[in-house]
Amino acid sequence: MFTRRTVLGAIGAAAFLCSGSSFALAQDKIYIPLISKGFQHQFWQAVKAGADKAAANLGVTVTFEGPDSESQVDRQIDMLAAALAKKPAAIGFAALDSQAAIPLLRQAKAAKIAVVAFDSGVDSDIPVATASTDNIAAAALAADKMAELIGDQGKVALVVHDQTSRTGIDRRDGFVNRMKQAHPKVQIVATEYGEGDHLKSTEITKAILQANPDIKGMFGANEGSAIGVVNGAKELGRKLVIIGYDSGAQQKQAIRDGQMAGAITQNPVGIGYKTVEAAVKAAKGEAVEKRIDTGFYYYDKSNIDKPEIAAVLYD
Amino acid sequence: MSAIASATNVASGARFSGAQHRLLAFASLIALVAVFSLASPNFMQTSNIIAILQATSVNGVLAIAATLVIITGGIDLSVGTLMTFCAVIAGVVLTFWGMPLGLGVLAAVLAGACSGTLSGSFVAKLKIPPFIATLGMMLILKGLSLVISGTRPIYFNSTPGFTQISQGSLIGSVFPALPIPNGVLILFLVAIAASFILERTILGRFTFALGSNEEAVRLSGVNTDRWKIAVYALAGSICGIAGLLIASRLNSAQPALGQGYELDAIAAVVIGGTSLSGGRGTIIGTLIGALIISVLANGLRILSVAQEWQTVVTGSIIILAVYTDILRRRRL
Repeated sequence: MFTRRTVLGAIGAAAFLCSGSSFALAQDKIYIPLISKGFQHQFWQAVKAGADKAAANLGVTVTFEGPDSESQVDRQIDMLAAALAKKPAAIGFAALDSQAAIPLLRQAKAAKIAVVAFDSGVDSDIPVATASTDNIAAAALAADKMAELIGDQGKVALVVHDQTSRTGIDRRDGFVNRMKQAHPKVQIVATEYGEGDHLKSTEITKAILQANPDIKGMFGANEGSAIGVVNGAKELGRKLVIIGYDSGAQQKQAIRDGQMAGAITQNPVGIGYKTVEAAVKAAKGEAVEKRIDTGFYYYDKSNIDKPEIAAVLYD
Repeated sequence: MSAIASATNVASGARFSGAQHRLLAFASLIALVAVFSLASPNFMQTSNIIAILQATSVNGVLAIAATLVIITGGIDLSVGTLMTFCAVIAGVVLTFWGMPLGLGVLAAVLAGACSGTLSGSFVAKLKIPPFIATLGMMLILKGLSLVISGTRPIYFNSTPGFTQISQGSLIGSVFPALPIPNGVLILFLVAIAASFILERTILGRFTFALGSNEEAVRLSGVNTDRWKIAVYALAGSICGIAGLLIASRLNSAQPALGQGYELDAIAAVVIGGTSLSGGRGTIIGTLIGALIISVLANGLRILSVAQEWQTVVTGSIIILAVYTDILRRRRL
C-alpha cells in the first residue's frame, strides 16, 4: 500500500514538474545553466530576465538557479555539480566563494565546458569572461553624492547586507575609503550588517539613529538594507539624507517621495544578458572579451524616469 | 529495574515497526531514483551519483546527530551553527596557529562535544525545554563563529592535507572505477558507529528509554540527567565531524553559513521514520531520509525544474512521507 502510494506520489510529483517547467530540452539547442548567488531578490530576478531575453534572441535554452541566502556556499556547489552533470555547452557562474568552487570549475574545464563568471566573478583563470559591476567605484560614487548632499561634513552611518560576501566588502570599503580620502570632515560613526533583511535593517537603523541624534546621512548597501534605512528613519520620524543601492518598487517609490535622496543602480538586466551572450560565443568557439563591465548609474528624482535609467531599474 | 525493562521493551517494539518504515522509506528512495533515471539520461551517471552522495555527506552526518537527540524526546536546533562553529575552531587551530592536521580534527570534535555537553546541561540540569535551550545555543554559536573568525572565511591553504578529509578518495585509490569521496565514506562510518551505539550499548538503550518514558527510568534510580547530557555531547561531537566535512569540502570555514541546516537535518530524520515525540527511530532510516532529500534536490535540478517549484515539491514529499507513516501506524 505504502509503496504504491509512494510511487503514485513520485509520479504525481514528476507530472507536476513537467507541467510547471520546461524540462523538455531540445537536443539541438545550446543549453546554458546560470548558477547565481541568489534567486528570490528582485535583483536576481532582473538578472534572470536579462538572461531569458538573451536566450530568446540568440535561440538558446537557459536555466537560472541560486541558493536561498548568500551564506549557503555548499548549496551553491551542489547546484553547480548538478548543472555540470547536464553536460551543458557553457555555464554562467556567480561564485559565493571562489576557492570552494575550484575543484568543480577544473572539472568543467576538463570537460571543455566554458565558464562565464558574472556579478562578483570568480577568482580564478578558468572563466573565459567576467560580466560584473565595479562595486568599489559604484560605492565611491555613493560616498561622493552623500558628501555633496550633507555639505561635506557631519556624521554618517552604513547598513550593509553582510561582511563576508564580495559585494558586501567592496561596497563597504568603496564607500568608507572614498569618504576617508576625499571627504575628511565626514565622520563614519557606524557600520552595521543586516543580512539584506528589511526588518533587521530597520531595527539596526533605529538603533543607530537613537545612538546618534546628530547623524546626517545613511547609506544602505543593497536593496534590503536601503529599504530598512528608509523604514527606520520613517518610524522614528527623522529627516536625513539616505542613499540606497539597486532598485525595486519600494526603493523607487522612496526616491519619488523624497524619503531617499538617490541610489546607485547596477545594470542587472545587462549582467544577465551579457553573461548569456558571452557564454554562447564561448560555446561556439568565438573570442570573448575577458572583462565585461556592465556599468552603474546614480539616480534620483531628477533622472529616475529618463529612458537610459528606467531601462536598468526593476520593480 | 522492571520499569527500565518495560521502557526498553517499548523501544524494541518501536524498533520493529521502524524496520518496516525503513523498508518503505527505502522503497520511496528507489522510486524517486527510478523516476529521475527515466526522465533524464544525465541522472544515472557515476559522476552525478557521486555528486548526490557528496551532497548528502554533511546533511547526513548532521541528521545522525539530530536523530540521537530526537530519540530522547528532545530536539537540537543548534546542529547547523554548531557545525560551523567546529569548522571555525578547526580553522583557528590549523590556519591561525599552524598546528598539525590531527590537532585540528581533534579540536573540532572536542568543541562539538563541549557545546553538546553545555546544551545537554541546559536541558537536563536547568530544565530549559530542548527547543529553547538549543535555539539559544544556535544563536550563541552563530555569533561566536563570526566573532572568532573575524567575520571572514578562514582558508586551509596552509594545511594541504585538509581538503583530503572530504574531497580525497581512499576507495578510489584502491578501486579506480569507484572514486567515492572520503566525505561519503565518513558519513557511512559515522552511521555504522552511531547505529552500534544505539542498538548495542547501554547509552543507546537509555537513549530510547529516555524518549519512551523518562519518568519511569528516573524513578527506577537511574541518573537520567547524566545520560541525557551524554547523548547531547555525543550528538555535538558528531556535529564536529560534520564541521570538518563541510570545511574540507569548501577548503574554508564559512562563518556565516549554518543557520537553516538544522531544518534539513530534522527533515531527513522525520522522513526516515524517527518520531519527533521520541523513543523511536533508526540511523539507517535517517540515512535514507537524507538521501531522499539530496536525490530530490539533484533530480529536480537535472530536470531543469524552475527553482520556485523545487521547494514546493520537496515540501510536498516531506508531508507525504510523514503522512504515510502515520497512516501505517494507525493500521497497526
